[in-house]
Amino acid sequence: MDADKHFIVGVFDDEEVLLKGIGKIRGNGVKIHDVYSPFPVHGIDDALSIKRSRLPIAAFMFGMTGTALALLMQIWMLGYDWPMIIGGKNHASLPPFIPVTFELTVLLAALGMVGTFFIASDMKPYKWPRQFDLRSTEDKHVMAIDLAINSGKTKDELRSLLRDSGASEVNEKSFE
Amino acid sequence: MAAEVHLQEERYIFKPTLRRNIFIFLIIGVVVFGLGLFLAMRSEGQGEAAGHGTKGHASVEATHDMTASLQHETQDEDTAADQHKTEGGAHHESDSWVKRLFTTLWMNNVFFTGLGIIGLFFVAIQYAAQAGWSSGIKRIPLAMGSWIPYAGVLMIGLWFLVKGDLFHWSHSGLFDANGPEFDPIINGKGGFFYWPLAKGTFPAFFMGRMVIFFGMWFLFFTWIKREMLQEDLAGGVTTTHWLKARKFSTWFLLFFAVSSSVSAWDWVMSIDTHWFSTMFGWYMFASWWVTGLAFITLVVVFLKDAGYLKIVNANHLHDLGKFVFAFSIFWTYIWFGQFLLIYYANIPEETVYFIERMKTAPYSWIFFANLFLNFVLPFLLFMTRDAKRHMTMLKVVCPIVIIGHWLDFFNMITPGVMHFEGGVGFLEIGTAMIFMSAFLLVVLTALSKMPLFGKNHPMLEESLHHHI
Repeated sequence: MDADKHFIVGVFDDEEVLLKGIGKIRGNGVKIHDVYSPFPVHGIDDALSIKRSRLPIAAFMFGMTGTALALLMQIWMLGYDWPMIIGGKNHASLPPFIPVTFELTVLLAALGMVGTFFIASDMKPYKWPRQFDLRSTEDKHVMAIDLAINSGKTKDELRSLLRDSGASEVNEKSFE
Repeated sequence: MAAEVHLQEERYIFKPTLRRNIFIFLIIGVVVFGLGLFLAMRSEGQGEAAGHGTKGHASVEATHDMTASLQHETQDEDTAADQHKTEGGAHHESDSWVKRLFTTLWMNNVFFTGLGIIGLFFVAIQYAAQAGWSSGIKRIPLAMGSWIPYAGVLMIGLWFLVKGDLFHWSHSGLFDANGPEFDPIINGKGGFFYWPLAKGTFPAFFMGRMVIFFGMWFLFFTWIKREMLQEDLAGGVTTTHWLKARKFSTWFLLFFAVSSSVSAWDWVMSIDTHWFSTMFGWYMFASWWVTGLAFITLVVVFLKDAGYLKIVNANHLHDLGKFVFAFSIFWTYIWFGQFLLIYYANIPEETVYFIERMKTAPYSWIFFANLFLNFVLPFLLFMTRDAKRHMTMLKVVCPIVIIGHWLDFFNMITPGVMHFEGGVGFLEIGTAMIFMSAFLLVVLTALSKMPLFGKNHPMLEESLHHHI
């Protein structure tokens, strides 16, 4: 059986039950593929031992790129390409460049973050994201367990473990 | 959620060792102050320009030439200095060292007034915003508010002492249309200080505002504090006092919105009487506010270090750190908003303010250090999440911000009085140490007289579960 293809899917009604269930399931040595929730659940990152996102680092890099680009652009435009005297200041003077630099820093950081987030979350435009259960966008918390990775346990064992942990429904889902 | 947590009341004990250390700090401050005063008096005897390099002097001359044609005030100062040398102090202004002493006293009092009033402002914001996360730490800013009456008495008392040297507009000759000193610009602003009395007499409007501001601040402080402490005496969690405190807070915020701006014009901007900036009220508020936030954070961190405030965890520290980070940027935004417009418009009456501070010897390094300490360092050091959650980093950045903004206030006030004879020396540092020890003694004593958090606060439970 290939990994990342066949899953057992537990559906939870309540986030408190879900948080306790995650602890129980992981305590039994089962690796959880991922959990999908309609809203942010406090403490779920710790419960799943998810490492902190590196998105802020990307944001910083994009921001710095914006700062550098903005300064280079303005110094080149107003200092070399088309020098203009405005208010008797030097052609390339720093203070009037700051607002544009600030705006470009924010713009590139924001757009870069959005792009990075989409790519990192597997939401590329040419790829339709996998849905384990559509109700995870409505009112259910959905937990996916990869069967291949947890081959130490049988399907029935996993099903009953999910039931015991508070899942209101247990399904199977396979992707091509 | 979890069952209701019942918390034991916690009290801060102002230990004699800490009190002794603060007194030692105070004594060192007095010694440094005395040394500074002695040095200032001695350098006076050796000529007024002692200690200025030739380069600095050249730029001073250049600016003098520039400003003299633009600003009657500077011209007046020049003649004052000349008169001083020839006639031996016949002019109404004091010796340079006296002016320097008055300037640093006034500057430190304005700075520490800010720390006190920001304590109350922080508490009021938390009530008005119905914030839950901060309910465990609100007593620390509340204790800072205890400084308000002392600051008020000092401010009113000091004013009568320093007015002739700091506040150029307090000279009656400026308003005498036939006199040699008549200044049409200051005369136009006279009503703002002297109404309803005649210009050049007693500044009734100015003094009235000062008294009313401190009076109302103290009154609001008393009301909000009363509600917070009565809440402790209630049998259990109650919203009665919280609602009343929120009402007082809202009215206080309305009052503070006006009074903070007007006090900035009165106590700081009117020193450079000819100059004005529509950003100034915000600018001084921003400086006060971020200093206050850094001070609150620092006290919380030290209390936690001493084993108090177990209910405060990394999440609350993170929020305080974000406050300092965000408002360091806010201050920079206001700073730049004021600077850029004046820089670009290039109107001489406005530009002179920055030429004095940015391009002349004693203030230039402070002008740039100000940006470095108050923007670059907090911005870079506080950028990551971990930096704001760990006490070590908070202990590094918060003092930088406090010292940085002290220099900011120094540069707001000193150049307008001392012109090219000012500077940060033993006198200024000693005065700051004396004020800091007095402020700490008042605040920590007030803190030790009340529980460290309100155990009946309706949002304490929320604060315990605060998670970001």
